[in-house]
Amino acid sequence: MIAWQSVGRMRWGWFLVAAAILALLPLAADTHTPTVLLIWALFALSLGMMWGYAGLLSFGHSAYFGLGAYTYAVAVINIGESTLPLLLAVLVPAIVAGVIGAMMFYGRISDVYMGVITLVVTLILFKFMSATAGDAYVIGAARLGGFNGIPGFQTLNVPGYPDISLFGLPTYYVCAAALLLCYLVCRWILARSFGRVLVGIRENEERCELMGYNVPAYKTAIFAVAAAMAGLAGCLFANWAEIVTPRLFSLGQAAEVLIWVIVGGLGTLIGPILGAIALGYVKILLGEQTVIDNSLILGALLIVVVLGIPRGVVPALQRVWAYGSRRSRRRQAQPGTARRTLGPSPGEQR
Amino acid sequence: MSGVVETHELTMRFGGVTAVNAVNFSLRERELRCLIGPNGAGKSTFFKCLTGQYPMHHENGRILIRGTDVTGWNTHEIVRLGIGIKTQVPSIMDGLTVQENLWLSARRIHGWAGAGGAVEEVAAELRLGDILRRAVGELSHGQRQMVEIGVVLVQNPWLVLLDEPAAGMTGNEVERLIGVIRRINQNASVIVVDHDMEFVRMLGSRVTVFHQGSILVEGSAERVLDDPTVREVYIGNRAR
Repeated sequence: MIAWQSVGRMRWGWFLVAAAILALLPLAADTHTPTVLLIWALFALSLGMMWGYAGLLSFGHSAYFGLGAYTYAVAVINIGESTLPLLLAVLVPAIVAGVIGAMMFYGRISDVYMGVITLVVTLILFKFMSATAGDAYVIGAARLGGFNGIPGFQTLNVPGYPDISLFGLPTYYVCAAALLLCYLVCRWILARSFGRVLVGIRENEERCELMGYNVPAYKTAIFAVAAAMAGLAGCLFANWAEIVTPRLFSLGQAAEVLIWVIVGGLGTLIGPILGAIALGYVKILLGEQTVIDNSLILGALLIVVVLGIPRGVVPALQRVWAYGSRRSRRRQAQPGTARRTLGPSPGEQR
Repeated sequence: MSGVVETHELTMRFGGVTAVNAVNFSLRERELRCLIGPNGAGKSTFFKCLTGQYPMHHENGRILIRGTDVTGWNTHEIVRLGIGIKTQVPSIMDGLTVQENLWLSARRIHGWAGAGGAVEEVAAELRLGDILRRAVGELSHGQRQMVEIGVVLVQNPWLVLLDEPAAGMTGNEVERLIGVIRRINQNASVIVVDHDMEFVRMLGSRVTVFHQGSILVEGSAERVLDDPTVREVYIGNRAR
């Protein structure tokens, strides 16, 4: 079997450590902030998977985050029990993305136009949802509520038991499980032929076509999968915030997730997750002060990272780690140097 | 008898320029054919029409591959008939290793289980063993050309289309390439597009000369390359 360096590999040890930290975190801290950080991490993971591995940059990924949130809110108000609304919150964004993706990719539009179309989609949704304040904008029992959004809907419940709502700590564990599960799904995709073809498409779309792969179909599929994950993140966000507003579709939301992914590192799965957690936390901290606008700081941070470490923090750390490992192997291979820990060698100049 | 590849009145226009003008072409089973012509003769455009890289319509003529009308088909659909295509500028995945490039191509035909074996076979045939784990972006132009040929061969195509396969290769690499093309031709029909007359002479196949979008002359390599009209097309009045 040929090992693919380009897709990385599943490191079960690290995964179990991360799962243990997530499981034990509530013993040491309040779960309100960690919950939203995990939701943002899932949102960033969905974009990172699509952008970092298939090379598809969506400027308006927030469209599917918002669609997931709104779908859940509208569905749960009408249905009452949260299981079906949760599934719809995953399916609706996936179907919408599938249709938009098919039009874009079978239409063979260029990457630039793809960026424009995806951005326009989320801005249209933002404008539309902001203009739904009147009585006419009702879906069943759910009023869309215009700029004020939809507040006060039922949060997730134990499947089949609408009276047993999940709130606080259980929501945290649901979000943690969703993030870990989606990470495993991404790893599974990358370990399959499908994921490898995606990497091939990122590298050279023309050659993939010349190999006989139906490139538009692959791109549409991963676009829909990423939208489904973003929809799930949106649904969890709606449960955490207990309100959905058009701001979920806003330009700010669309830009934030791009920054998380870029800073964390493209071409890795862990990079976008850590980027979202770190920058999300910084955003929350900055939101507690009034001296300086937090988007100014996040923007400055993005510029610093793009100029200093264009591939992002995690790939840079991976390179440093790989360099250190190579150096250490080389030292061990040279007789007489393995034990030396301090000081220059006899011929070495400082 | 129908040919492996046939075109009927194939025409391609870009605005007011007719790059390929009503070309009727036929390639027999297991035939090795070189398409030659000076720059701008229309041979690469003709090649891209065959491979579906330029969108075709029936009013632009017809393309038949083993009797199947593929006019207007997408590239991947044409390739799935069993056709291998090497483009003029090496089109491979620079960020992946040689092995990964070959595997991705092999996987579609041989499946997950058989891809590894097919990669080893082709790597041995093209002597790519030493560079299998290197990223394609680090290789020389000649090596990249050979990797792209490997990517084509690993699918065991019955029709191989090679656009300028010898471009940028050293003398030794060209000699090896000629051997490879002859080996491919034992099991597959091959079309080679090139403008290097020496390379075409070394291949010694039947030759089709393109000029101003049309077929100027067809025949054996010796006859065509010694034809004064062909020489004039290539190097103008100095040929006289």
